Amino acid sequence: MSSDLNIVALVSIGQHPKSGRARRAEQDARAVELGLRLAGERVQVLHAGDAADESLRQYAGMGLKSLRILQQSADADAVVALGDYLNEHRPDVVLTGVRAESGESSGMAPYLLAEKLGWPLVTRIADIVSIENGEAQILQALPRGQRRAIQVRLPFVASVDMAATAGRQSAYGPGRRAQLEAMPWVETADSERTQWQHAPARKRPKRLKKVKATTAAERFKAATAKSQGTGGRIIKDQPAVEQAQAIFDLLLEEGVIR
Amino acid sequence: MSDLIRRDPRAEWIARNRLHPLHAAMTAATGEVRGPSGLLRKNPHGVGFIGPNGIKRIDRLGGSVAAVGGRRGAAKAAQVVELPLHVVDAPDFYVVTVLDIVGGRLGSHDKDVLGQAHKLIRDSEGSGAVLAVVFGESKEEGFGLAGVDRLLQLDGSEYEGYSPEQRLAALVEVERNFAPRYWLFPDSINGGNELGCRLAARLGERPATQAWQVDTQQTLCRGAGGRTDITRATPRLLLLAEECAEPVDEARHEARVLEPCSVAQSLVRIQDRGQVAVDPNAIPLAEAEFILSAGNGIRDWDQFHQAAELLGATEGASRVVVDDGFMPRPRQVGASGTWVTARVYLAVGISGAIQHMQGIGQCDKVVAINLDAGCDMVKRADLSVIGDSHAVLQHLIELAQDYRLGAAENAA
Repeated sequence: MSSDLNIVALVSIGQHPKSGRARRAEQDARAVELGLRLAGERVQVLHAGDAADESLRQYAGMGLKSLRILQQSADADAVVALGDYLNEHRPDVVLTGVRAESGESSGMAPYLLAEKLGWPLVTRIADIVSIENGEAQILQALPRGQRRAIQVRLPFVASVDMAATAGRQSAYGPGRRAQLEAMPWVETADSERTQWQHAPARKRPKRLKKVKATTAAERFKAATAKSQGTGGRIIKDQPAVEQAQAIFDLLLEEGVIR
Repeated sequence: MSDLIRRDPRAEWIARNRLHPLHAAMTAATGEVRGPSGLLRKNPHGVGFIGPNGIKRIDRLGGSVAAVGGRRGAAKAAQVVELPLHVVDAPDFYVVTVLDIVGGRLGSHDKDVLGQAHKLIRDSEGSGAVLAVVFGESKEEGFGLAGVDRLLQLDGSEYEGYSPEQRLAALVEVERNFAPRYWLFPDSINGGNELGCRLAARLGERPATQAWQVDTQQTLCRGAGGRTDITRATPRLLLLAEECAEPVDEARHEARVLEPCSVAQSLVRIQDRGQVAVDPNAIPLAEAEFILSAGNGIRDWDQFHQAAELLGATEGASRVVVDDGFMPRPRQVGASGTWVTARVYLAVGISGAIQHMQGIGQCDKVVAINLDAGCDMVKRADLSVIGDSHAVLQHLIELAQDYRLGAAENAA
């Protein structure tokens, strides 16, 4: 792997799903981990927000000498600031999480950045296998634990899935000693978001099984009937070869045999 | 014939006399009975039937008499009702839904999104049509029943595999041709979320993600990783959470197929190099796609493991074999083990305790190999094979070997 790669990992302030305490975000920590494995200590970790936030030091504790912070208030639009910064510095690879754990958490940041920079975006990557001759071989995480190989030219933006290697443990002392380089940056207010109302998440109602029954007997049957198929095909008293063939045909038809 | 209603005293007498040899034959097939004045008469003795233990039974459903006679299909066929057809000829506006079509079929999430589209149309002025955009080939035939008015199917070779740039170009073309009032995407990991976000970034819209309560004015969506609810004005582009609305079930729609609009080939910067072989046993059991599960009917464990490896299946097990130490506890399927979501579940020698059936409740296709034709697993299964599992597995192994060999020769 070439050693002069310029990799930027974008990080945000996470939130513990149960306690709500601020922490490093799980997916962003995976992005930093991937950056550390690709470029060692030279990975640049970038955050747009408040430099005084203590949970940023949890990222630094993963073995970083410094963190760069675009100083902004919490209401400002981070995507604008990050886009301007990246446009200025033009790194080779930008790594982000898929969705933030706080704020709007729409997961739009990588898409907006890629659109603004005009770079390709690879979503939900599990690993970057190699970067050679300006081309990256990437493993993308698919549903059901599957992986897809993808090739893309530098520079590109990638969002890191939970299937990637988990972020290494954060060490407290090095985290305290790391330098937080806060840079004053132009703030762009997020005017649309100020009109929204935020409230703690309500529990969603469970969808009830609707029974369109006209009589009591039908309702009774719907409430008590065991869930079973409408009677599948049964192959009986046939040689095992044909039975196996029938099963194999169904597996092929469903496309589960690769 | 005259309109006079004539009585047949002899028939009446036979009808009254239940011991008469002709009584059953004469009273069985009476339609409506008219009294002397032409009034409709009901014979209270005529209802019901004599049950097996000699007690009279009255069946107010009126359907199960046929079932007793062994014609189970007839009662079911009568229940299939043709839903009214909903036609929109000249729509005032379009609501475009981009469907996932996992495995070529509409999923429940897709149907919820279509239901939400119709809810938005009902709430707005004018007549709108739901345009469904489907990428790749689909095996689905129930688009009309799910609520699709217009169907745009894009299945050229350029849309195969992972082709987000080309799909985005097609959606931009749809935007230009139809100028939809709303764009609806399922907020799923099967591609809906990605395409929706890409389109939103391209169009400069600010989408509502994980939206779960949407009307024409307001949208309620989850924020902060699901910890908060955000109430906001409904945007034009929505990424909908699961169960956002009830699926359509009261009308058929046309699903009129539209001519695919010509889309310029976009520059391919992200190249798909195909899926990578993954060790099936490294996939978490809960999200495995294809599970080969072992029960008490398995005697030859080496053969079972070989079959799983050759078929490329994740291994599962019932509680009994885990208790007996043949399989590790994390492989257990069922109430005290893992609830699986496999598309195909192949159960070998599992009779189907209720705790096990709960665990496979979300599986699409269940295949059973069992000796007992009356067990619960066979009742649940889509395909059951009654026979010795050892022999069937042996032949399955041979078939899989032949298939792999053939694929290797074709590739060479």
